[in-house]
Amino acid sequence: MRGPKGRGMKKDYVALAAITALVCGLPLFVSNIYYLSVLTIIAIHIILALGLNLVMGYAGQISLGHAAFYGIGAYMSLILTSPRHELTAWLGEFSWMPEFAVAAAGAFQHFTAQHMIAAAAFAAAFTGALALIVGIPTLKLKGHYLAMATLGLGIIIQIVFIEEIALTGGPTGLSVPYFRILGRDLDPNTLSYYYAVWLVVIALTLLAIHLVHSRLGRALRAIRADETAAAASGVPVMRMKLMVFSISAMYASVAGTLYAHYITHVNPSPFGFMFSVKLVTMVVVGGMGSIWGALLGVGLLDVLPQFLTVFEDYEMLIFGAVLIIVMMTAPRGLAGLLDAAWRRAAGERK
Amino acid sequence: MDFFISSLPQCLMNGLTRGSIYALIAIGFTIIYNSTDILNFAQGEFAMLGGLIAISLASSFHLPLWAAVPGAVAAGVLIGALFEAVTIHPLKSPTVINLIIITIGGSIFFKGAAMLIWGKDSHPLRAFTGTEPIHLGSAAVTPQSLWVWGATLAAVIVLHQFFSRTITGKALRACAHNRTASSLMGINVRWMVLITFALSGGLGALAGVIITPLIFANYQVGTLIGLKGFCAAILGGMGSIYGAVLGGLLIGVLETLFGTHVSSGYMDAFAFVVMLLMLFVRPRGLLGEAAGERA
Repeated sequence: MRGPKGRGMKKDYVALAAITALVCGLPLFVSNIYYLSVLTIIAIHIILALGLNLVMGYAGQISLGHAAFYGIGAYMSLILTSPRHELTAWLGEFSWMPEFAVAAAGAFQHFTAQHMIAAAAFAAAFTGALALIVGIPTLKLKGHYLAMATLGLGIIIQIVFIEEIALTGGPTGLSVPYFRILGRDLDPNTLSYYYAVWLVVIALTLLAIHLVHSRLGRALRAIRADETAAAASGVPVMRMKLMVFSISAMYASVAGTLYAHYITHVNPSPFGFMFSVKLVTMVVVGGMGSIWGALLGVGLLDVLPQFLTVFEDYEMLIFGAVLIIVMMTAPRGLAGLLDAAWRRAAGERK
Repeated sequence: MDFFISSLPQCLMNGLTRGSIYALIAIGFTIIYNSTDILNFAQGEFAMLGGLIAISLASSFHLPLWAAVPGAVAAGVLIGALFEAVTIHPLKSPTVINLIIITIGGSIFFKGAAMLIWGKDSHPLRAFTGTEPIHLGSAAVTPQSLWVWGATLAAVIVLHQFFSRTITGKALRACAHNRTASSLMGINVRWMVLITFALSGGLGALAGVIITPLIFANYQVGTLIGLKGFCAAILGGMGSIYGAVLGGLLIGVLETLFGTHVSSGYMDAFAFVVMLLMLFVRPRGLLGEAAGERA
């Protein structure tokens, strides 16, 4: 196993190093604050796509509700870091809630408002645990039924965001403070936020590379190829699916946290079905089952509209058409096309 | 409790109207799924297009409603068939994820096209026969609701005849049972797929046309109707037309009761909660046959 695994990873490391250099270098050429904001949003979307790609590309399980996990990360950050958030009042509304639980939540909130990194970590853990719980009945379903169940979950969670006004601020949302780390505010309009977000992207990409080359990654590919065969070869199918679903929800939660402190305001509209579909599109267009595919997909779908602003009214039409055409002509996405082209070029040289 | 009892007839009437629309959409899902194993996420968009096309035929082309309504349904049939012919027909061996994404792409494409053609505003359609409510006991019913119920009933009867009497209908049922065997019997399976999309397109457009006088129409009205129609299909049991009708009516009535008595804010979540519970507990639905690997 060592040989091919080592070689595959080496290529990934080189690519990651190149991207790191690019990301560090870009601000030297791009000083326009607007372009930096596009790059920051791209970074946040890459985290989401990386996580979703683990579920879709490697395990072969579709999730049409991923925007909800993104939303939970964002809302958890909002609740845990806003000094004036009335979490205890909301909890107190439930008559069955014991008083000490309300008090403990209040104390915890007080702590996380001071230590935002703990808030982010708790948000990720919470989202991961929630994904585990909903995953137990959901991931038993297959194909279309899984798609529909995840879609339903996503829609229900977005409605909770809209309806629990005391907790979330309802349709208009609530504002989120700057992210404080090491006694310093990370102002979203400065380069420091850009670097912080990309640092997280690089760390999570590294983690994803290791995951897909690990025992879990191999188990997932076996599940994607044939679930029965995987189970027969001793892969604990359900446990592996739950694990990757939960990990991918945590990726989404981290992205949500970064988004909340970047926009400094959270409302329900970015966390709906349309965004879940957009995420799936990014993964599919980039190439399922390829770490770099996620990057390509996000890059294409976030950068292209910048050049198409003239065609703003056509955005949805083009988006739908691209989705259909890519699926019909290149089911493995851009990464698949590049891979095929690379192989052809390499073959000709021989 | 008194309020619950006194409001029951009205909730029932409103719920049956909503439910009829979900039922028509659910039948569309079921017909395609049965013969092809494809879940058509663009189903709700057929309803949206049906409503908007009828509006244009009636207002821009000054057609009378008796011509605009069948015209919109015919357009739905055509759009459904065209969609299949362009996107699904050419595929050789698509995977489930590919098909899901293609039909989602179709749904977004239709929405985008509708936004370009009809703009973002909502458009009204005249009620077929007046708006003076009819009193049935303690409940009031708009004449349009009667049209909705009647059209749904008529659609179910026509479909029943189609599937049990005509050779094409029987061929479709054969495909639902076993596609390989059907093609060995000389049934052109790929044609059958086209026919199911055309049928579903027509049914979706019909649902859109008859509901538009009650709700207005715009480019995004189809998504939620479509998804709730899907919930209805799951509740009733994928694969059974009568299951789809039962599921649609049940969701319509229960959702209305829930919205009136429990929480109007969470009303739109109700259908999805029911669907999830059904998927978790009994994936084959109320009337579905044992699902086996479908589940």
